[in-house]
Amino acid sequence: MSIRVNGMEVLPPDDARVSLLDHLREHLHLSGTKKGCDQGACGACTVLLDGNRVLSCLTLAAQADGSNVQTIEALAAESGALHALQRAFIEHDGLQCGYCTPGQICSAIAMAEELRRGDPSYVTLDLAAGPPVVTRAEIRERMSGNLCRCGAHNGIVEAIEDMLVETAA
Amino acid sequence: MTKLQNAIIGGVRAVLGHVPASWLPGGTPDPLIDKRVSLGGQQSRIDGPDKVRGAARFAAEVPMENLLYAAFVHSTIARGRIADLDVSAAEAAPGVALVMTYRNAPKIGVPPPIGITNLKAAGNHTLPIMQDPEIRWNGQVVAVVLAETREQAEHGAALVRVRYDAAPARTRFEEGKASAYTPESMLVERNRLDKGDASRKLAEAAFTIDAVYTTPWENHNPIEPHAATLVWREGKLIVHDATQMVHGTAGSLANIFGLKAGDVHVSSPYVGGGFGAKGLWDHQILGAAAAKLAGRPVRVTLSRASMHRLVGGRTQTEQRVALAADADGKLKALLHHGYGVKPLHSVCDEGFSLTGRSLYASESFDVVQHYVDLDLLANSFMRGPGETPGTFAIECAMDELADALGMDPIELRRCNAASRDPVSGAPHSQNAMMEAYDLGAARIGWDRRMAKPGTRREGEWLIGMGCATGTFPFTRMPGTSVRITIDAAGGAHVASAAHEMGMGTATVQRQHAADRLGLPLDRVTVIIGDSSLPFASFAGGSSQTASLAAAISAASGKLATELMRLAGNDTPLAGLKSSEVEFADGGLRSVEDPARHESFASILRRSGRGELSVVGESGAPLEILKYSMHSTSANFCELRVSEITGEIRVDRLVGAFDCGRILNAKTATSQFKGGMIMGLGMALTEETLLDERTGRIMSTSLADYHVPVHLDVPDIDVLWTDIPDPRTPLGARGIGEIGTTGVAAAIANAVFNATGKRVRDLPLTLDKLI
Repeated sequence: MSIRVNGMEVLPPDDARVSLLDHLREHLHLSGTKKGCDQGACGACTVLLDGNRVLSCLTLAAQADGSNVQTIEALAAESGALHALQRAFIEHDGLQCGYCTPGQICSAIAMAEELRRGDPSYVTLDLAAGPPVVTRAEIRERMSGNLCRCGAHNGIVEAIEDMLVETAA
Repeated sequence: MTKLQNAIIGGVRAVLGHVPASWLPGGTPDPLIDKRVSLGGQQSRIDGPDKVRGAARFAAEVPMENLLYAAFVHSTIARGRIADLDVSAAEAAPGVALVMTYRNAPKIGVPPPIGITNLKAAGNHTLPIMQDPEIRWNGQVVAVVLAETREQAEHGAALVRVRYDAAPARTRFEEGKASAYTPESMLVERNRLDKGDASRKLAEAAFTIDAVYTTPWENHNPIEPHAATLVWREGKLIVHDATQMVHGTAGSLANIFGLKAGDVHVSSPYVGGGFGAKGLWDHQILGAAAAKLAGRPVRVTLSRASMHRLVGGRTQTEQRVALAADADGKLKALLHHGYGVKPLHSVCDEGFSLTGRSLYASESFDVVQHYVDLDLLANSFMRGPGETPGTFAIECAMDELADALGMDPIELRRCNAASRDPVSGAPHSQNAMMEAYDLGAARIGWDRRMAKPGTRREGEWLIGMGCATGTFPFTRMPGTSVRITIDAAGGAHVASAAHEMGMGTATVQRQHAADRLGLPLDRVTVIIGDSSLPFASFAGGSSQTASLAAAISAASGKLATELMRLAGNDTPLAGLKSSEVEFADGGLRSVEDPARHESFASILRRSGRGELSVVGESGAPLEILKYSMHSTSANFCELRVSEITGEIRVDRLVGAFDCGRILNAKTATSQFKGGMIMGLGMALTEETLLDERTGRIMSTSLADYHVPVHLDVPDIDVLWTDIPDPRTPLGARGIGEIGTTGVAAAIANAVFNATGKRVRDLPLTLDKLI
């Protein structure tokens, strides 16, 4: 079994029942990925599995065999400089307690890629018109799997909008 | 609470009525109300970088050697006793180190209840914990399984076999109402208020409305589950907790386990959302007991289901509001009666009936609330306790009255706005409710609202606007302390066992300390969240900022005195009294002659001191007994209701707040919006579902308990009057909870304006509109 996390080969789980989330948090001590509900309802545990967003609580660690997992810890540059989206979260106050934040950020990174490649969503009005136009409704719909209870929603959406504009420019 | 409490508080109020205002806290307005450098700006939160990196360490993330993981087995009946308990399979399961039940649990004391007389008490209930086979609510923990891994602990818990002898349980609200009890007091007020012959005025008035409103059981559901990592070392207990009561938790655990006060160390630098729920519940207590029994460190992380079974929520309420008015809209009577659930073992009040006592200048009042005692989990406080459900009833009733009168709802509030406390006659410390209404009405474009319901339409969508008042009282907690340390380089370090669960506590107090001490922001640090730091009261009642601000203010006074003493005679300040100097430019200077200045670093250097520490404390909050101190807000909503499906889409929310001075525009905006979004959830989706046959909560996951998601949350506008309250530190009142109040009423009132349907039962689900 070969699991790579943030580019590094890591120890495989020693119990088939271990979720990717628990493997990251309890065995690899990468606690930036958060456990909110452990049943796929809150999005706090979102990580990137070969670039796609997955709920690590609903993914067995063993399922990451042969894949590269990217977590919040690897998002900033090695120099420590924050990713543009991390900076935008701070600037727009897209966080309060900070517990859902890593999941929101990982989710948004993958969502930007989904938008770029033209994946439609429930609120996309015209499926034939090419890549969806980035609207707040598109961002909100696509981010609705990431719950926030402090109520930082407006700031989160503004931060993501900033990143999407910056990337497009 | 008791008759004795009513008598004491009544007596203090009577005396303070004759005491000159200048003798009381806030008698001289805080000079920082107007002298602001860092305060009032858009300061990003200082823990932002750690939080966006995932580097902020929460309670379940503290590394520890030799750790055991805990899993809980919950009772499946509401009342009765354990008849058979078979833990043999669990004990034999791989990795299981210990199964703790009432048979082998150590002696665990009853948690001392939260109250105004013991600020180190944090108990939410007064029941024995795992000391006997009795079952007292459905979900009570009957066994704790400790194992080497989380998976092994969960598996072990699944192997515990329990058979119960069930006894009749009281689990039905309607049945319980018949034997409801009526407490003497509600928080610090008398429960029963009867003033000015309300029943006669209700009978005689030209216009009356009389209706019953209900709000469901609600749960906080912070995204971080309750968690604690606990270890015993040499007879002392160390708890890495997620708590909004650091010292309360430490003091209570010491009491429960018969330890000295200093022998429990609680650390909680970050809390992943609390809203009232992150207090002391059975999981920390059982975790500590199990760690003691096993002789190893323990990590407890509650599952979402365990959170619902072990951590109380906000009680359901049933509230009758009757209003009487003359043809001009002047209120002649306000009646507010109602029921909530509060088991006799439960500590936290849901004082919804306090809401209507301060808002409007009614000629008469008839107010009282009753509690139903059921065999259920204890309540906790939940964001805006009392006023959150209370404003739903009062403010929907005001909207109904406006409709009956044919008056604009804002104008009805305007003609009843109180110029002093309508019950006690006490003067307001500051109140500008109608300024908030005017700000909010202009922002949302209230003039576009159609007075006649159901007359604005776009395709299948009926469009409406509504408004409602929010309110929450000012509180400042006594005893909250800070230590200010000036280092050799002249920097200041503020320390207090205060709490950060998203409010921006350290961020704002850093701004405050910088301005108070005449320092730039980058010369000030703030540390919080640890019981080794000076005492701070709980983060609740929207009191933390004012309490810390009072403590920093007090400490700064001591600091000036101490620095003047150290400065001696060989200083440009020689001969001045500490009352004749002020903080400026990293030191002290003469008020009269600003050229006379000496820096902190210079004073310390000359006196041979490496650093200087002082501690200041927030004194007794006597001002709240002399003045009527309430924040108010004006909430506005514009929404659409589908005529076909009954779906509600909230398109806009505007909140205009009168909460004194705003200390940090950025974090305050987030606090207000966060509160409003919780109000949005309360209005539309949130409801804890109880199976009344069994007393078991059914909605124990985030898939069943629906909090607002991104697509539910519109762009929200937040405005404030920013008028200082001259009686409070920094001119500010608390802002953490008022955001939630009044929102559900504004939404329900907008639904009425859109559709002509008056829904009085939350949440406003589709079935109630089609």
